[in-house]
Amino acid sequence: MNGGRGAGRGPAFAKPKEKTSVVLMKLWRYLEKYRWIIVFAALLSIVGNLLGLVSPRLSGAAINAIENETGVQFPIVIRYVILMIAVAAVSSLIGWALSAIMIRLSRNVVNKMRKDLFDHLTGLPISFFDTHQTGDVLSILSYDVDTVGATLSTDLTQIISSFVTVVGSFIMMVSIAPQLLLVFAVTIPLSIAITRWRAKIVRPLFSRRSRMLGAMNGYSEEAVSGMKTIRAYHQEDEFNDRFRYHNDNAVHATWHADHTAAVTGPTVNLINNLSLAAVSVFGALLYMARDIQLGDVSSFVLYSRKFSGPINEFANILAEIQSTLAAAERVLGLLDLPKEPADAPDAKAIPHCNGHIRFQDVSFGYEEGHTVLHHIDYEAAPGKVMAIVGETGCGKTTMINLLMRFYDVTEGQILLDGQDIRSLKRDELRRQFTMVLQDTWLFDGTVFENIAYGRDGVTREDVENAAKAAHIHEMILSLPKGYDTVVTGSGNSISKGQKQLLTIARAMLIDSPMLILDEATSNVDTQTEKRIQDAMLQLMKGRTCFIIAHRLSTITGADCILVMDKGHIVESGTHQELLEKKGAYYELYHAQFDTPREAA
Amino acid sequence: MRTIAKYIKPYIRRISLQMLIKISGTVIELFLPAMLSVIIDDYARRPGGEKGVWLMGGLMVVFALLAWLGNCCANRMSTNITREITRTMRKDLFQRISTLSAAQQDRLTDASLISRLTSDTYNVHNMIDRMQRLGVRAPMLLIGGIIVSLVMEPVLTLVLIATLPLLAGTVIWSSKKGVPLFTWVQEGQDKMVRKVQENMAGARVVRALSRTKWEQDAFGEVNDELAARQRKADLTMARVSPLTSFILNASLAFVVLVGAYRVDMKITGPGKIISFLSFVTIILNALLMVTRIFVMYSKGSASAKRIEEVLLMENDLEQQEADQTEEKEHLVFDHVSFSYNKNYNNISDLHFAVGHGQTLGIIGPTGSGKSTLLSLLMRQYDADEGEIRIDGKPIQSLTKEELHSRLGVVFQYDFLMADTIRENIRFGRDIQEDAMLDAIDCAQAAFIHEKEGGLDFELNVKGRNLSGGQQQRVLITRALAGDPRILLLDDCSSALDFRTDRELRHALRERHGLATTVIVAQRVSAVMAADLILVMDKGHIIGKGTHPELMENCPMYKELCELQLGGDAA
Repeated sequence: MNGGRGAGRGPAFAKPKEKTSVVLMKLWRYLEKYRWIIVFAALLSIVGNLLGLVSPRLSGAAINAIENETGVQFPIVIRYVILMIAVAAVSSLIGWALSAIMIRLSRNVVNKMRKDLFDHLTGLPISFFDTHQTGDVLSILSYDVDTVGATLSTDLTQIISSFVTVVGSFIMMVSIAPQLLLVFAVTIPLSIAITRWRAKIVRPLFSRRSRMLGAMNGYSEEAVSGMKTIRAYHQEDEFNDRFRYHNDNAVHATWHADHTAAVTGPTVNLINNLSLAAVSVFGALLYMARDIQLGDVSSFVLYSRKFSGPINEFANILAEIQSTLAAAERVLGLLDLPKEPADAPDAKAIPHCNGHIRFQDVSFGYEEGHTVLHHIDYEAAPGKVMAIVGETGCGKTTMINLLMRFYDVTEGQILLDGQDIRSLKRDELRRQFTMVLQDTWLFDGTVFENIAYGRDGVTREDVENAAKAAHIHEMILSLPKGYDTVVTGSGNSISKGQKQLLTIARAMLIDSPMLILDEATSNVDTQTEKRIQDAMLQLMKGRTCFIIAHRLSTITGADCILVMDKGHIVESGTHQELLEKKGAYYELYHAQFDTPREAA
Repeated sequence: MRTIAKYIKPYIRRISLQMLIKISGTVIELFLPAMLSVIIDDYARRPGGEKGVWLMGGLMVVFALLAWLGNCCANRMSTNITREITRTMRKDLFQRISTLSAAQQDRLTDASLISRLTSDTYNVHNMIDRMQRLGVRAPMLLIGGIIVSLVMEPVLTLVLIATLPLLAGTVIWSSKKGVPLFTWVQEGQDKMVRKVQENMAGARVVRALSRTKWEQDAFGEVNDELAARQRKADLTMARVSPLTSFILNASLAFVVLVGAYRVDMKITGPGKIISFLSFVTIILNALLMVTRIFVMYSKGSASAKRIEEVLLMENDLEQQEADQTEEKEHLVFDHVSFSYNKNYNNISDLHFAVGHGQTLGIIGPTGSGKSTLLSLLMRQYDADEGEIRIDGKPIQSLTKEELHSRLGVVFQYDFLMADTIRENIRFGRDIQEDAMLDAIDCAQAAFIHEKEGGLDFELNVKGRNLSGGQQQRVLITRALAGDPRILLLDDCSSALDFRTDRELRHALRERHGLATTVIVAQRVSAVMAADLILVMDKGHIIGKGTHPELMENCPMYKELCELQLGGDAA
């Protein structure tokens, strides 16, 4: 068994622990605009509590009217009974209103938080998506955010109303028997100390729980998406074992946190019970010493129980608060990840773009000290077609990454119409390109939506024309609902090649001065490729094009072919020139005609 | 819920013990006020009662400690039990997912499976945990309170009991409404998961097309919908406890009223009513707790149902008994037809045979059914008509083990994990280092040795720190490393340059010549040496034969060759 494999990389967002106050401050930002609603809710809960105190008095008064020397006074009894029902109705209404308010508030906060997280995600550098498991991020968006939300909707009001009761009871106790408060001078600091001590122990455990659940989610997402391969290799058992490893971790971390936190409530309760014992003993002794009256002892005890009730409640909530803080830490940790560096304040807009690209001695490495592009230097004049060829892994796609500013160059610069692309607004820069990648990306929407994706205000006719040009129209019509068929749900009936054609149709609707085709037709058959050639030429017309292709027949017409090897440009020129050179390109070109006839 | 009950059942003894301890703890705690009243009512009034005061005080401390011990114990036990249940349930769910058929997985969708594995199991975990902690005290107090009050004042208790149908109605109504509502919430969650998954996979495209704002809005919609669903579910459930507390408080008023008449008729005394009322308060609090449990139950059981749905899914690709036929061919497709949506055929009447060690090439336009043919061969789906046989046995009669251990497969855009290259090649199988190195060599994947750490190089998520061609070669290495008897390659060299592709083909022929190979390709050069080539179009075979044969009698193939290889290829 090899369950531990692949666990080497730690779960993401293991941020250094922030101080509670910092986390709370940041959380407060989400609550700030609801502060008056929170105050209102607190008032409601106070009124509700007071009504709770009134109710016994009413029943008391009713009973007084029953226990009367002149017999039962029905009119008074009935009056109080009606009052009791009225109070019950009002306090139920208040209770309902209170929870409705808090539910709305917490849902709004959760909603905002999730939206912020997503918006932040869309601004993170591409490298984030290459190194983080989707499932882990999902765990933050669901589990962690929900944990925060649950605390807000239930615990917040509870804390507020407990606070009110505690303060009230304390005042009452001071007024009754200040001597007995000495007991609390010992027990309250003790409870606080214990609570803090437990929190300190429990908090990292809850952080760990959040992280481990995240890691498990990450693994689930990865494994579920690779399930077809796992089944094809009949490795279900092995992957079950691996999942078990992550599951065990998550379950254990959850257990460890809960198990440790499970002591906190009873412990605080214990202290309260001890203080009750102390109050009874000292109260009795004081009474015997004739310092206080017996009635005072009993009401003091009553209030001290009222006092300790909320403290108990609070101790129970405390565990939940710790898990909330741990969850909030992860939420905030993701929100604190640096976005793609913001555009410089003087970043320029691109009012007009000719599509003139120049790589000026560009070097680049994804990791420091590991350069994958070396001193790339070339120029693409507007409207020219640049083809980039070379063995796989030679840096072709990296070049595109730099062009689109998915990554920024380590050395040198890339110029667009004579301006360093880093000095331009990133969004506008990207808008100058249309990109078709080998790895087709379709989203869960209709065929129409997927084709129309690149541009706003696209009509049905535009889409159909693009689909016709990409020779995918017929196939779309054969789908159950034609252009309104939802793509990914039944992804199987659309082949990979057809998906590529869909993304080509998408590109045809976008009007930009530059075009990038990264193995755009690698899964499309040759006939179809030939059939869409006119459309492709139309697409390329007047645009500066960067084409990466292995099927060299598609690039023979390029204005300039760059031949790359291990991150260097080793040759460049037109098809004809390069063939005459009989160098690297010549070899590459002839490899594809070197059919395996020799085996026959 | 029945399935979930099955998971709880083995722990029923431990749960009972935990509950017993919890009850004892609670009862012990209830003694404390009694002792207090002994101190104040008896000893404090008696001269020289100091000793008794101290004694009773000491006893209170002992009881407090006992209660602490009991509660801690019970709480910890419940976390232990919950851990075991969750662990087993989640493990089984994953296991079941791994044995679902491809069609079932398509229908459920990945996003939903992921949220069932994570957020639904977590909801059930919470339900079981809270039920254990709250679930004992409340019903105990409720039943105890009712019994005591029945003994004390049967008639007044009847007033209370009269409200029970009303209360039961409220609780049943709420859980009836709650379960579908929370199911609906979880479905909203699925959508959210899908949207995020999509965006993380398509981050490059979204940015390249400057659709960030659009995606943010789209997520906003999904998110708002989820929040609205959650709000609706929460608000509906939030009605329950004010409603029950109103019903009970109102009944309290009636108790007073009925009591007044009874006092008037001299059947009962006012003192009894007072103590009766204090019991009613206990019952009230217990009942409120019970309603809270029902809310938790609704949420948990909505999730439990979603988990159950997967666990109880029928195996739709069962193994069937079949007789061995005397057949020499290795792979046979016997008039096979198949449709994904049962609307129109994606594959129609495929009929061919491949001998041991032979190579089958499949070529044809996109969407002609090439990949579907492979899916059927791997039995991801069952054919609608006809039969597929391996070694003379219908594939339905082979165990998964028998079938898949024969196969080495590379899909288009296959699955790479965030793990070492070694693990990605090994893929859980027992593969010797030698075999792995051989496979690397054969798959033209020597670049692996140049990576930092070689085989121990850590891949990023979905292998994104490799180029497309490198990814494909790692995948091919994975397929070869198991030395399969049947090798299925689905357009797996599309990102390879021609030279590498050619060398790969040479190596395959030399080293894996004994394996029966099925190659799906766009490039004629990849299939032209095959012993049998199928030319497919719209799910039909329109040409079948060797390269020279097809050049003779399949115009489409001929056209392809001319297109790709120039006119002299024949």
